[in-house]
Amino acid sequence: MSAIAAENVSFAYSDRPILRDVSMSIEEGEFLGLVGPNGSGKTTLLEIMLGLRSPDSGRVELFGTPVEAFTEGTRLGYVSQHSTDADSMMPVTVREVVEMGRYPHAGLRRLTAEDHAIIDEAIADVGMEPFVDRRISDLSGGQRQRAYIARALASEADLLALDEPTVGVDADVVDQFYDLLTELNEDGITIVLIEHDITTVSEYADTMACLDGELYEHSETETFLESGALEQAFSSARAVSSRQVAGGD
Amino acid sequence: MAVEQGRQRRGLGLLAVGIPLTLLAFGVFIVWIFPPLFELFWGGMETLFDGHWLVTSSFIRHGFTAGVLIGFTAPVVGAYLVNRQMALIGEALAHTAFGGVAIGLFVGASIPALNYPLAWAMVVAAISALGMQYIAVKTDGYADIPIAIMLTGGFAVGIAVISYGVVFSATVESYLFGDILFVPFENVQLMVGLALLVGLTIGLTHKQLKFITFDREAARLARINVWFYDTLLIVLTALVVVAAMQILGAILVAGMLVIPVAAAMQVTSSFNRSLVVSIAFGQIAVLGGILVSYDLGVATGPMIIITAILIYLGTLVAGRSQS
Repeated sequence: MSAIAAENVSFAYSDRPILRDVSMSIEEGEFLGLVGPNGSGKTTLLEIMLGLRSPDSGRVELFGTPVEAFTEGTRLGYVSQHSTDADSMMPVTVREVVEMGRYPHAGLRRLTAEDHAIIDEAIADVGMEPFVDRRISDLSGGQRQRAYIARALASEADLLALDEPTVGVDADVVDQFYDLLTELNEDGITIVLIEHDITTVSEYADTMACLDGELYEHSETETFLESGALEQAFSSARAVSSRQVAGGD
Repeated sequence: MAVEQGRQRRGLGLLAVGIPLTLLAFGVFIVWIFPPLFELFWGGMETLFDGHWLVTSSFIRHGFTAGVLIGFTAPVVGAYLVNRQMALIGEALAHTAFGGVAIGLFVGASIPALNYPLAWAMVVAAISALGMQYIAVKTDGYADIPIAIMLTGGFAVGIAVISYGVVFSATVESYLFGDILFVPFENVQLMVGLALLVGLTIGLTHKQLKFITFDREAARLARINVWFYDTLLIVLTALVVVAAMQILGAILVAGMLVIPVAAAMQVTSSFNRSLVVSIAFGQIAVLGGILVSYDLGVATGPMIIITAILIYLGTLVAGRSQS
C-alpha cells in the first residue's frame, strides 16, 4: 500500500501557479528525497499531501484513505521549516515537546505510565536524554530537530516528513542526523525529506524526486541521478529567473 | 485504532452526561456550600487578626476573595494567550464588555428585573469573542485591525449609551477603573463559579491548548480540532475578563492576563511550571496590591498592576543574573 498517493494535484496562490498536475506515489518504507529549485512548490506539495492545505484540484490519499477523511493524525510526523522559530519565546522543555506526541492519543485523560515509557524511549532513540529539562529555545538547531523527531516517534508515526531540517546545522551534526533518519527508516518508518543539499540527500535516500511546479522524475536514487531531471528542472528555473531579470526594470 | 476510536466515543458520551452534572454540582456549591465556607474562613481570619478592620469589613472581605480568584483565573488563561501573541485580545474583550455593562445599566434602569450589568457584560463579551474568532478564521489570524476596531468600537458604544441614559457616574467609573469596595456577594459567587469552570476546563484540555499554543501546525496535523479549542480559549478569556473587570476596571484588565505570565516566563523553562509560577505571582500582585493601596490610600486596581510590574522587573533582573 502507498503511504501517500497524490493524483493530478494542482495549486495556485491567487493567479500564480505553484503546482501543475503533480501525481506521485510514495510507498510505505520508502526514504524519499524531494529536491527542486527555490519556489518550486516542494513545501506546498508536502503540506497538501499531509492534509494541511487543500489542493485546487486533484486528490490525495494517506495510507489508502482520502486525505479529507483521514483521522489517524498520530501516524504522521512533520518537522516543518518554522518548527524552529515558532518556539522562540514560549517556555517549554524538550520533554514537554516530546510529550505532545502523546497528547492526541491521550485526548482528555491524563498521560499514563505507559505514555511516559514511550516518551522516555523516544527521547532515548534520538539521544536527547541529557537535554530533557532544557528550554527548547536554548538548544541548537540540530538538537531542536531531534526533539521534534522524538515527538513524532512518541506519537508512533509511520510517516515522517521533514522540510529542510538541516538548514543552519553544523556539517558533522548533519551526518549524525542522516544516520538517525536511516535507522528510523530501517525500523519501517516512511521518510519524506525536502532538502536543498542534493549531494548529501542522494547518499542516504532510496528514491529521489525532482519538482519544479511539475514533477520531473521520481525513481531510485541511482536512476534519478542519471536521468538528467535535475539539470532540466534547475536549468528551467534559471531560465525563468533570468527572464525575470531581463524583463525587469 | 478502532479500539482507540471506541474509547474516544465512550469519552464523548461521558462528556455529554458529565457537563450538565458538573454544572449542577458547581451551582450547588456556589449557592449552598460556598457561603458558609466564606463566613467560616473570614470568621477565622477575624479571630486570627484580632478583629482588625481589614478582615471585619464585608466590603473588603468580598474584595479580597474576588481578588484572589482573579489572581488565579487571569494568569491561567493568560499563559496560553501570551504565548500565542494574543495578549491584546483580553484588552479588546474588556472594552466590549464595558459596552455590555453600559447596555446592562441602561436596560436595568428602566427594567429592574434585568439589572445585572455583569451578566450583560458576559453575554456581550462572549458574543464579541465569537465574532473575533470568526474574523480570525476568515482572515487567517488575530490581526491588529480587528482588535483595534473591536476595542474602540466596544468602548464607543459604552460611552454613547451612558451619555444617553441616566447612570450614576460613580457606577460607570467603578467598571472603568475597577473598585474593590463595589463587589456584591452575588458577584463573588459568580466568580467562584467561574474559577471552578476555568479550573476544570483547563484541567481537562490543558494538553490540547498547550500543543496548539506551541505548534499549531503539528496540532492540526495530529487532527486535533484546533478551531474548537481556539473558540474555547477565547470564550473563557471573555468570561475571565468580565470577572476581573470589577476589581481592575476595563482599562487595566489585560495587565493581569499578561504581566504575571511574562514574569513567570523569565524564571522557568517549563510551561507547566510557568503556569504554577504565574498563578503565584498573580496572588502576590493581588494581595500585595490590596495591602499597599490601603496603606498608601490609593486606588486598588492600579496598585495591583503596579505590584505585578514590579514583580516582572524583579524577574528580569533575576533572570539576567541567572544566565
